[in-house]
Amino acid sequence: MKLLVPVKRVIDYNVKPRVKADGTGVDLANVKMSMNPFDEIAVEEAIRLKEKGVASEIVAVSIGPAKAQETLRTALAMGADRAILVQTDDTVEPLAVAKILAAIAKEEQPGMALLGKQAIDDDSNQTGQMLAALLGWAQGTFASKVEVDGESVDVTREVDGGLETVRLKLPAIVTTDLRLNEPRYASLPNIMKAKSKPLAQKTPADYGVDTAPRLETLSVREPSKREAGIKVQSVDELIDRLRTAGVVG
Amino acid sequence: MIALVLVEHEGGQLKDATLSAVTAASKLGEVHALVAGEGVGAVAEAAAKIAGVTRVHVADGAPYAHQLAENVAPVAADLVRDHCDYFVAASTTTGKNVAPRVAALLDVMQISDVMAVEGPDTFVRPIYAGNAIATVKSSDAKKVLTVRGTAFEKAAAEGGSGTIEPYAGGSDAGLSSFVGAEIAASERPELTSAKIIVSGGRALGSAEQFHKFIDPLADKLGAAVGASRAAVDAGYAPNDYQVGQTGKIVAPEVYIAIGISGAIQHLAGMKDSKLIVAINKDEEAPIFQVADIGLVGDLFKIVPELTEKL
Repeated sequence: MKLLVPVKRVIDYNVKPRVKADGTGVDLANVKMSMNPFDEIAVEEAIRLKEKGVASEIVAVSIGPAKAQETLRTALAMGADRAILVQTDDTVEPLAVAKILAAIAKEEQPGMALLGKQAIDDDSNQTGQMLAALLGWAQGTFASKVEVDGESVDVTREVDGGLETVRLKLPAIVTTDLRLNEPRYASLPNIMKAKSKPLAQKTPADYGVDTAPRLETLSVREPSKREAGIKVQSVDELIDRLRTAGVVG
Repeated sequence: MIALVLVEHEGGQLKDATLSAVTAASKLGEVHALVAGEGVGAVAEAAAKIAGVTRVHVADGAPYAHQLAENVAPVAADLVRDHCDYFVAASTTTGKNVAPRVAALLDVMQISDVMAVEGPDTFVRPIYAGNAIATVKSSDAKKVLTVRGTAFEKAAAEGGSGTIEPYAGGSDAGLSSFVGAEIAASERPELTSAKIIVSGGRALGSAEQFHKFIDPLADKLGAAVGASRAAVDAGYAPNDYQVGQTGKIVAPEVYIAIGISGAIQHLAGMKDSKLIVAINKDEEAPIFQVADIGLVGDLFKIVPELTEKL
């Protein structure tokens, strides 16, 4: 079966985001950008399914600026077969992303779409579930294990109290959690090879999707800072402080 | 204005996250509740007693037994289309699973992880792992939100007298089924609602030492046990212990961080705790920048002493 893997270009997870002085957003000028870490896990899982012979082709998709091509090339270097860039400089919200992906899914007819559970910039955690709703497919969110068995896939989900396993009819949506796998690094020969893999260029209009945002960001500010407190020198002093605070009797 | 709250329950009991969601919803209008499950009569009655809930819609039947999003989301979307202005779910794994599916069925953009309600269409939410706080205004006619439990007080579980109405309609979408669950059984309080949390980091060194040093202190204090992502990744603690942006967001009365350096992603999950205590051998550890009380030293000496003397 074919797998669809959407990937997002986001601020690198090692970079501390800085709020712009004018409060309009986070400063992304000259900041290192990378593939969203949860999406890397999705790419890795797709490659493993292909290596097991479950999947036949992996199509990576990114919706974003021209530079999102780099993110797609990373997916191709890891092992995706071809890529689609839906190019736009506008902010595209999860709902519109899901609509574009739904249109692509209708064209490509994948057996599964694997997505990161959330992007580390807007932290929405919505796109996979929305895509599932728009396609009328089953969803296995926050996956820590994915096992395809013929017409269905068993997804073990990280839930608040532990783990839960659901069986989904294919085609289905899977969103990845951290412990699903450890993504591989692309080797140099594969990075070179990725340069010649096909990458199609599209726009949201090609899929008839209106990307006008539904949410307006009124302001972005730094979180309120916590003041550092005092240091105590001994366990006894710590217990005294806890008593004073009424924590222990 | 009417806000429909998704009721979370387990073993016939309401979950605390629902009570916080009710408080958030009550800032938006009249509160209705949706209970979906199988044999959930008692849960519906409990939901009707929550202070502020005026109506409880009950979808009772086999398709809802495990609150599968594929079966529950259409019910919620139907009720919201029919007579509600908002759909509110807690930012739990259940809420996060169901709410975006409801939003897409309604063709609206969800507002995730709401920390504050500023007005009928204006909400405050964290982005970039809590490194920035955004105020957003929704232009959708109906609004879908998930709300951060720690940001809203729990509504009183008693005092309401909502009417109970069975939901007619709905069916099994035939897309998914429940296979099984491994839910950790614990005598300790739940992380997200505990008054005190004792949390361990990578400095514990092994799963054995994690339990040997953290558990007795937690039991002495009647506390829940948490862990940093580093400790979870190293296999010292199970993932459902994880506190942080990628784990659980907590805000207890007291948070005791032991051998936790205080990575940004961990701080994002616990910095709203009322009192933070940090025990760490590295006095430069970032955890001390947010701790109210810090103790620099060897946790393997300090923690047993603390446990004994408390």
